[in-house]
Amino acid sequence: MSEKLSTIDLVNKNLARRYRREKRFRAYGIASIMFGLLCLVILFADIIGKGHSAFLQTYVRLNVELSAEALGISDINDPSQFVRANYDGVLRNALRERFPEVNKRREKRNLYGIISNGAGYQLRDLLEQNPQLINTRVDIWVLADDDYDTYYKSRSSDGSEAYTGRFSETQIGWIEALIADGVVEKRFNRTFFQAGDSREPEQAGIRGAMMGSLYTLIVTFVLSFPIGVAAAVYLEEYAHKNRFTDFIEVNINNLAAVPSIIFGLLGLAIFINFFSMPRSIPLVGGIVLTLMTLPTIIISSRAAIKAVPPSIREAALGIGASKMQVILHHVLPLAMPGMLTGAIIGMAQALGETAPLLLIGMVAFIVDVPGGITDPSTVLPVQIFLWSDSPERAFVERTSAAIMVLLGFLIVMNTLAVLLRRRLERRW
Amino acid sequence: MNTSSLLLTIVVLIAVAYFFGRRRSVSLADTSQGGYRNLNSLPFYYGTLTALWCGIPALLVVALWLVFDNTIIDSLILAQLPEPVRALPDGELGLVLNSIKNLAAENMTAGDPEPYVVAAADSLNRITAISQMAMAVLGLTLGMSLAVFSWFRIQPQQKARLQVEKVFKFILLSCASIAILTTVGIVFSVIFESLRFFQAVPFTEFIFGTHWSPQMAIRADQVGSSGAFGIIPLFTGTLLISAIALIVAVPTGLMTAIYLSEYASSTVRSIVKPLLEVLAGIPTVVYGFFAALTIAPLIRDGGAWTFEFLGLQMAISSESALAAGLVMGVMIIPFVSSLSDDVINAVPQALRDGSFGLGATRSETIKQVVLPAALPGIVGSVLLAASRAIGETMIVVMAAGLAANLTANPLESVTTVTVQIVTLLVGDQEFDSPKTLAAFALGLMLFIVTLALNYLALHVVKKYREQYE
Repeated sequence: MSEKLSTIDLVNKNLARRYRREKRFRAYGIASIMFGLLCLVILFADIIGKGHSAFLQTYVRLNVELSAEALGISDINDPSQFVRANYDGVLRNALRERFPEVNKRREKRNLYGIISNGAGYQLRDLLEQNPQLINTRVDIWVLADDDYDTYYKSRSSDGSEAYTGRFSETQIGWIEALIADGVVEKRFNRTFFQAGDSREPEQAGIRGAMMGSLYTLIVTFVLSFPIGVAAAVYLEEYAHKNRFTDFIEVNINNLAAVPSIIFGLLGLAIFINFFSMPRSIPLVGGIVLTLMTLPTIIISSRAAIKAVPPSIREAALGIGASKMQVILHHVLPLAMPGMLTGAIIGMAQALGETAPLLLIGMVAFIVDVPGGITDPSTVLPVQIFLWSDSPERAFVERTSAAIMVLLGFLIVMNTLAVLLRRRLERRW
Repeated sequence: MNTSSLLLTIVVLIAVAYFFGRRRSVSLADTSQGGYRNLNSLPFYYGTLTALWCGIPALLVVALWLVFDNTIIDSLILAQLPEPVRALPDGELGLVLNSIKNLAAENMTAGDPEPYVVAAADSLNRITAISQMAMAVLGLTLGMSLAVFSWFRIQPQQKARLQVEKVFKFILLSCASIAILTTVGIVFSVIFESLRFFQAVPFTEFIFGTHWSPQMAIRADQVGSSGAFGIIPLFTGTLLISAIALIVAVPTGLMTAIYLSEYASSTVRSIVKPLLEVLAGIPTVVYGFFAALTIAPLIRDGGAWTFEFLGLQMAISSESALAAGLVMGVMIIPFVSSLSDDVINAVPQALRDGSFGLGATRSETIKQVVLPAALPGIVGSVLLAASRAIGETMIVVMAAGLAANLTANPLESVTTVTVQIVTLLVGDQEFDSPKTLAAFALGLMLFIVTLALNYLALHVVKKYREQYE
């Protein structure tokens, strides 16, 4: 009797400790999940916190005297004169008028640095469209240089605190004077979405990289979707169980786990070195990404084909359809939503991929917006990589903004995949 | 006629061939006997057969032409060059060829071109034009004549469907074989270049060398840059960063999987799981940026402050292995958790019920019953995560350093295999220096290691999986 009591006593004695342990174990689980979610939140908060300011850009209003003499335009009907006119000089005159006290040569050069060196092109575009403005005085808003842009963005409203960087007292004096005049303003940064890459942060945009990504993805989709679907159809509908099909399957599974940079080596050795295709073009990038995403697409397409019930195939065969008719008229249309979902996920993967593209030369500094699949170009993730290396502070916010755009695209694509699956998926 | 308009013409031709093939089958059936029923196959198949006869040969010709025309044109141009130029070494000959191509393409050269370059550029333009023309003529005539040939062969008794389906199956098979071709391509491209590398640098030196500095002497008499290709510092660096990543990811991922599959309600699960999967969907370049610009300075400043507080003299590199490893760990959390989640869910409920029936608490059940049963799968998922960490590129390229230090201190800067591949191959390089070839040797090592890890993972899962039922 006493023996039995002691057992239950033993259990009771340990019970509190065991429950404590239970609670602790549970807390570890919650802590892990919280850690993961926290990392996600911190990552997004960090990127958005750094990048949101890049969507605005500082502009300075200058009162510019557009005298034909200073511009060097004698005949407004001659377009070649508009190309060569001295726009920078006119803008500099305007700056000197505003700050007449500056007269030393070096000081003047600093003064001209308030506006971006792309401001001249802005003025050219304006005059080419409105030649009647010549010999008048106009107020125009021109791009500020990136250092002033950073200063103005980081400045607290009363001007007491700001990031000064390499600024001298005089430079701060100028910008503060302009701010006091009310001729400095932040506007939506259209350049960021319309321009290609540039060494000057205020003139750099992601248009070139976005078009490059678009062309690369088009090539990837056009190649990988039909090939992936065809391969999946063969493996699911035709292949007999033999060594050869086993070998294909082993290969597909292996390729899915090969590090992406190896595909870059493949592209470099085979397409660029052996077939001597040009570097840096979306066509080669697309082919390399096709090889990389094919396993994803094949695996998801096979799952979609497998989900089509055999009764459908049997019914079609029963009324006299051939194998090809069964596949083209019944299996593929029914499996299409699943296959498209897999394709979109594969495309999202390809859109975010960087490493293989570095190796096939899509890291070049390319200013022009590419116009086709054989124009040298870069892609969005590579642009992020390139900008993140730049020392200018203004590039940090632009990198983060480019990341926000990239993540935006990825979120849209993944949501699309989820919605597509929900809308079109049929339960049998 | 340039390539894209040629391709467009071929597509149009295919459509025309389909239309006429189809029409002929219908009209044959109509005139000879009573309609469709006397055709062996549906008119669609006759049309498709004609289109295939037209399209496949034409496209094949164009593809082969595009693959080989560069090489052939190059050798034609080289044969035209004067004798002393042809005697130049390969590298300089390549430069000459490039300047010829630039002149031909854009009419631009650096400085005054030599007369033979101008002549060669002219003939290059001529040959290219001839080659384009010949490709178009050959492709189109071949396509058209074969289409006409198969059009004449159309008979109501012809078994068009069988033939079309055979071709269809063959096309599917060749698409499936691309997976094999890719693997073969990978293996050959890395092995051939690696073999060339091992001719210059002995294999044993590569595998057992403890010094890595891939600078090759440009001149033979240059001092102090003979180049050292010892892979050991790279391997230790890779292992250090991957180990840090796994230390972060494995416990977190595993506990997440356990909580989600054993404790969480289905609502929590349906919210948390996709959110965590977002971590896996974020491009690695974003993680790299985060590691390099946020975490690395944080570790450097935080560490410096701590060491000062403790009165220690230690420096923390701003490209520490710790920053790259931590961020990489966060990236592979969902990888570990979703794979482990699957295996934990696969453990039969009866085992848990039995354990509860004996009076065990939930955590005791998990620790003593569920985890042992799921162990092979969990080991497999950890191995897959490790292979992923080893092959990860962008995070380490952006956040880890370039200096090949042989160290186990996570606060120092180390470099990895992938970082070196990228550094060696980005930018212009010639294909013959051991420096570039070394990248392929590294790629070969990386390929072998990841392949082995994947194979091992699958093997562990297969061999030690308990069979229930």
